[in-house]
Amino acid sequence: MADRPLLEVDRLSTHYVSSRGTRVVRAVDEVSFTLRAGETLGVVGESGSGKTTLALSLLRLLPPAARIVGGAVRFEGEDLVTKSPGEMRRIRGRRIAMILQDPMASLNPLFTVGDQVSEPLRVHEGTRRGAAWERARALLKAVRIPAPEQRVREYPHQMSGGMRQRIVGAIAISCEPRLLIADEPTTSLDVTIQAQYLRLLRDLQREHGLALIFITHNLGIVARMCDTVAVMYAGRVVEGGPVRRIFSSPAHPYTQALVDSIPRLGDGPARLTAIDGQPPDLVSPPTGCAFHPRCPRALDRCRQEEPPAFEVLAAHTARCWLAAPGTP
Amino acid sequence: MSVRVPAGGTSGLALAWRLASTRRADGLPILPVVILGVIALLAIFADVIAPHDPEIGALGTRFRPPAWQAGGTAEHLLGTDHIGRDVLSRLIFGARVSMVVGFTAVIFAGVLGTGLGILSGYLGGWVDQVLMRITDTWLALPALTFAIFLAAIVGPSEMNIVIILAAVYWTRYARVVRSEVLSLKERDFVRLAIVANCSKWTIMRRHLLPNVLNTAVVLGTLMLGVVIVAEASLSFLGVGVPPPKPAWGLMLADGKKGLMAGYWWLTVLPGLCIVLMVLAANLLGDWLRVKLDPQLRQL
Amino acid sequence: MTAPGRANGQPGAAVVEARHLVKHFPIRRGLFARSAGAVRAVDDVSFVVEAGRTLGVVGESGCGKTTTAKLVLRLEQPTAGEILFEGRNLVDLGPEGHSHYRRSVQAVFQDPYASLNPRMRVDAIVMEPLVTNETLPAAEVAARLRRLLDLVGLPRRAAELFPHEFSGGQRQRIAIARALALSPRLVVLDEPVSALDVSIRAQILNLLTDLQRELGLAYLFIAHDLAAVAHMSHTIAVMYLGKIVELGDARTVARDPKHPYTQALFSAALPSHPDEVREEILLPGEVPSPANPPAGCRFHPRCPQAMDRCARDVPALAPAAGRDVSCWLYDPAGARAPAGAR
Repeated sequence: MADRPLLEVDRLSTHYVSSRGTRVVRAVDEVSFTLRAGETLGVVGESGSGKTTLALSLLRLLPPAARIVGGAVRFEGEDLVTKSPGEMRRIRGRRIAMILQDPMASLNPLFTVGDQVSEPLRVHEGTRRGAAWERARALLKAVRIPAPEQRVREYPHQMSGGMRQRIVGAIAISCEPRLLIADEPTTSLDVTIQAQYLRLLRDLQREHGLALIFITHNLGIVARMCDTVAVMYAGRVVEGGPVRRIFSSPAHPYTQALVDSIPRLGDGPARLTAIDGQPPDLVSPPTGCAFHPRCPRALDRCRQEEPPAFEVLAAHTARCWLAAPGTP
Repeated sequence: MSVRVPAGGTSGLALAWRLASTRRADGLPILPVVILGVIALLAIFADVIAPHDPEIGALGTRFRPPAWQAGGTAEHLLGTDHIGRDVLSRLIFGARVSMVVGFTAVIFAGVLGTGLGILSGYLGGWVDQVLMRITDTWLALPALTFAIFLAAIVGPSEMNIVIILAAVYWTRYARVVRSEVLSLKERDFVRLAIVANCSKWTIMRRHLLPNVLNTAVVLGTLMLGVVIVAEASLSFLGVGVPPPKPAWGLMLADGKKGLMAGYWWLTVLPGLCIVLMVLAANLLGDWLRVKLDPQLRQL
Repeated sequence: MTAPGRANGQPGAAVVEARHLVKHFPIRRGLFARSAGAVRAVDDVSFVVEAGRTLGVVGESGCGKTTTAKLVLRLEQPTAGEILFEGRNLVDLGPEGHSHYRRSVQAVFQDPYASLNPRMRVDAIVMEPLVTNETLPAAEVAARLRRLLDLVGLPRRAAELFPHEFSGGQRQRIAIARALALSPRLVVLDEPVSALDVSIRAQILNLLTDLQRELGLAYLFIAHDLAAVAHMSHTIAVMYLGKIVELGDARTVARDPKHPYTQALFSAALPSHPDEVREEILLPGEVPSPANPPAGCRFHPRCPQAMDRCARDVPALAPAAGRDVSCWLYDPAGARAPAGAR
């Protein structure tokens, strides 16, 4: 049990197919990673890189046009891809929970906070109303909401953005899940509120032994929160590995450029390292390596052949011909 | 050229939506264009096409059924009415009335309503207060009763019907356009126009009008149906197009007495014409809504 | 007017100066629109934006930074206080002076999808400010358009396209080209890169830096991304609940913040490397409503170093340690030595 990973994603592919079947978008293409209990994985990418589709694929919450076309998602040893919708419902919210970007859209304005926090308990565990509300109060306390006795009876619109996001967090951990997937959980929050929230998530993770997946475009969050990183570009994980290794010696030119392009506090007004061009259009991706049109170190080979994942070091992989064994 | 998925947020979903909702809007939709085209041609060339004078009948040939029914003749393909007028000819000339009244009333109402809607939404303050109170009052009155009331005052004539219908229906445009403007004026490009020193007039004309035009045109095609029915209703009630001019609504009114006696063609045929025209207008409106939006057009 | 591409103004000369700016939004309630208090969005704010330099304004939502931008852009009228343009009070300027101000102060906003009129082609969007304000022969307009597109790194064929045919980063370039059409002295940048992809942000920030150097522009740069503001700015103003709490040289403030709020804000900024460990100062609670700000120093209910005095007296923005700070900890006549100051 101890050495078996909690989540094992193996060559997962999710494609969007247009209604006539004429256009296929490989939103997620042969993505593999593993995650152990208590660990944090950061999935970084720009818009259109497939990171949100990846999160939705893990939970099987895909829109009708999208289909998982291959691969496996083994969670606690069982493949989620082959589960029936009914079995998925029992897993979602109970074993795997999700926090979305917009806390206001995640909460129903017509129900009290207490109702919404206790709902998963009542649905998944059949807890009675009184006991569930008791738990709701304890959960609000756990997410550091002041005066929880009073707050359970209030409605979402009576709270600030930071507080709402905490309530979403309380709902997510209410059934004590093993895995929590957070999709850009702090983009709508202010800097100091974001710091509070990230601290809270880390505390909750320690207390409950949660595994966390952070879906984000923000490398700073990855640097602060994550143990391992998967960098996505055009539907593929172009680089993956331990966070310190990726930040200190990235093997893929895209990761390198991303790390270099963030301004550092206290630096003077020097020029930033920019990545030329625009992210690719997934409807017609470039041939070969999808990054080659923007890559400063592209070889002839990159234009024709798509690089496989090379192992740079143990647990550090990169999909780049420069990382191929024997390349100087 | 390529379209890109909007930056930020749930890009995957946006992409999925884009692919799933792929819908062709290139060619004209055949059905509504054919229907409206035929009606328009009939209206324009009514004098040439119509086999008989629509306003003069012969009492000797009253209540002739259509040609394919027993007792029908090839001379009156769609039969004759209670004073022996040729139904086909009356329908053809009726198309002219419906087209002219429908389109002019919709355009009058559209221009008035859109203009006032933009003024009201952009200027706000007392202008908005006054215009919207008027609109509220207007909308509270039942449209048809109001129209009958106005028609009773000014008397029936084609021009008067156009003015009455425009006066009754402009408020629908004003309401929709105003709410559209309220959201548009909070958009950054309107703020930037102020920063660029554009006058209020320029902002309304260049930045607001083109952005509400879609809505107005789509609303217009949908209103075309409403207006044609209203015109028919007024004519049916005797306060619309004055007889003996052939209008579809008037034909319906005249024909209703014969319905019990089995003279179905006097009501069913003009009714069918009204239904076809309204249906075509609505289908066209639906297609225009997609076609006129440069963002949807790309899909 | 000068053509784009030529620098105007002496570097360091004050372009726009704000003196004791105040903006209150009345809260109206009920049928008869009785005033029920006011949201004090901006409360006694003064600053100078100099030619060729960038004033960065940071702060969290509700701090008044966007209202400040709107006041400078004259999208809102101040409740009190004055704005000086090239040393002259705006109130004293006639209609011609106002028009001159409008032409000299332009803006780039956050959302590149909302800031371009979807019904206009790029050439019309970019040239609108110029065509509205000046009468020029068509050939001259076309030449300037080409120069502007070159300046912001857009292909010339972009002129005939509609905004929706561009990605976010390219749209922001169009917005910048438009802002430069009138050769302004000051450009207000309200979160110009927050809506863009990470790999595009650096492109746009670099472009803005280059344009400033080339054209001698003054920038008022507003953002919540501290690292980006610190990177772009020469001077930083930190705002909290409608007031500037710290104002000074960007590197000085970023490396050694003095006001307890600035310290907390910068400590909360995300690291650029996992090994970068900062002392985390977590502030309790959230920002109070600007409709009902706390008495005394507005930050005192959340301040880890608050003293009795802070709840009573409002601290003034005064020089301390090479910048201006509004905090009793740095009061030379203070009863206590600055405990948390490094």
